[in-house]
Amino acid sequence: MRTTTVVIGAGQSGLAASWWLTQRSIDHVVLERGEVANTWKRERWDSLRLLTPNWQSRLPGYGYEGDDPDGFRTMPETIAFIEGYAKAIAAPVQTGTKVTAVRRNDDGYEVETDRGIWHADSVILATGAFNLPQIPAVARSVPAGIATLGANEYRNPDQLAPGGVLVVGASATGAQLADEIHRSGRPVTLAVGEHVRVPRVYRGRDIQWWMDAVGLLDEPFDTIDDIVRARNVASLQLAGYPDRRNIDLNSLTTIGVKLVGRLAGVNAEGKAQFSGSLRNVCALADLKMHRLLDAIDTWVTERGRDAEFAPPQRYEPTAIEASPPLLLDLTRGTVKTILWATGFRPDYSWLQVPVLDPKGNIRHDGGVVTESPGLYVMGLPFLRRRKSSLIDGVGDDARDLTAHLADHLGARAVQPRNVEQAAAGA
Amino acid sequence: MTATTTEKPVNNGVNVDALLGAREALTKAPEAAQFKWRASVNWVNGTHSRTDVNGFFGLGAEQKHKSTFTFEADHPEIFASEDKGATPVELVLAGLASCLTAGVASVAQLRGIQLRSVTATLEAGMDIRGILGADSDVRNGFDGVKVTYKIDADASPDDIKALVAQSQKRSAVFDIITNPTNVTVEVK
Repeated sequence: MRTTTVVIGAGQSGLAASWWLTQRSIDHVVLERGEVANTWKRERWDSLRLLTPNWQSRLPGYGYEGDDPDGFRTMPETIAFIEGYAKAIAAPVQTGTKVTAVRRNDDGYEVETDRGIWHADSVILATGAFNLPQIPAVARSVPAGIATLGANEYRNPDQLAPGGVLVVGASATGAQLADEIHRSGRPVTLAVGEHVRVPRVYRGRDIQWWMDAVGLLDEPFDTIDDIVRARNVASLQLAGYPDRRNIDLNSLTTIGVKLVGRLAGVNAEGKAQFSGSLRNVCALADLKMHRLLDAIDTWVTERGRDAEFAPPQRYEPTAIEASPPLLLDLTRGTVKTILWATGFRPDYSWLQVPVLDPKGNIRHDGGVVTESPGLYVMGLPFLRRRKSSLIDGVGDDARDLTAHLADHLGARAVQPRNVEQAAAGA
Repeated sequence: MTATTTEKPVNNGVNVDALLGAREALTKAPEAAQFKWRASVNWVNGTHSRTDVNGFFGLGAEQKHKSTFTFEADHPEIFASEDKGATPVELVLAGLASCLTAGVASVAQLRGIQLRSVTATLEAGMDIRGILGADSDVRNGFDGVKVTYKIDADASPDDIKALVAQSQKRSAVFDIITNPTNVTVEVK
């Protein structure tokens, strides 16, 4: 089978790419291992809601039209939204097609699947950044008898044995799971490393509204001092609760969650060892949050818009007990489960083009895999913009990358007059 | 929102360009980033010992300090010792203090913040029943370390706090003290 461009993955990135390829009259197919929005369907927990408000899911040619623009979609709603997009744009998706290898050959790329081989001039990898749980090496030292699971395997608290739970990681995932599990009557200890604290609502607006308004989400990757670091920053400590309440370490401490430092090791006696750096990682997060709020306040004042919004506010520093525990005996039966909320990593086990760095990440320049012309990647953190890994960010990236791809093809890619306008539509 | 950049040249005596150059070079050549730090000790008498440092390995080759630096360690007279030097635990505090302070200067230079003075006091609590073997439930080491900085610089209080926080984030000794390290002691 032959096509011009193979898009791998039918999530928001792959579908946005498809929309733009269609606008540019580039023949393509979107291969999907499962169903449209597969990761959202099968690899996330039941109570998860999107961390971005409804209005902020602007896909090219598609957007939110309901009556709750500030609400947060549940997973079924998210899935319906992405499926609706696939239908609306009539994306040429081939579901149930698992890619087993991508190779480069003389006239482009060979994409091997469990349903045959595709030949293409170019390939867009839109399989996402969050395929496999990133489990730290210390997991191997956890004593027998303790259940361990990754955040992608967690569905709800009933799945866990009664008793204590150690949640490792306090970004968006870890904080939400600590909250839900502790409220289920299983006492949670939360191991906290570097994290990014932000309020859900500031001066009457969602934090995402602010980040969009002040231009942070549109910041381009090639203007950032240290893009490697920016791409590795933890997710914002946020939840999409219907009541828009904050989730932060103080809210967790208030319900009884015990905070400890980053999980540094498990010693020979089966005791978990926590770093003594808890106070500093919290100080870093508090300072960083206040720098963000300062930048928002400055933006408002410079535009003379203070009257439009609630007054500025500052939040209590993260409260840390005088001497947080450094050890937790895992052999005494109080901790029954360890939950790894230590992030995800992409899975490129099928990619047989030598473009991975020693850490297994694709070397790319804003999504263009320069070492292998015709190969593109999408949906990674800060790929081209701070919003690149948000649903709201894939449209702009898809526009840029398909433009590059069209140039690469040297095709006389047809540019209908209203392409750019149509993208902004819906 | 991140680094403060100023028009006037800031000089804290830190060669930031060299540090950034090294970071870039070592990202590409991780094997050159493998260092070995060394010290050698001689027992003198009683609890008095003398530790020398000079050679170390790094950038793929043996390296040397400009001269040998010597650290006398002993215990005070209330420990029935002769007090010929600092206690080893005080040397640990000196290590932490100097590591964090070097970090403050480097981060300040990188962020364009002129320092005028930086001082810190350190205090570490210890229940010495641990080292005396008087109570097996008491650990030998510190039960906590408190570091208090006073910094005079061309920056807001929050920017100064951020300097100190970033310095901890990048400090080797802070990491050594706050995280476990495997230690192997052999006799030959």
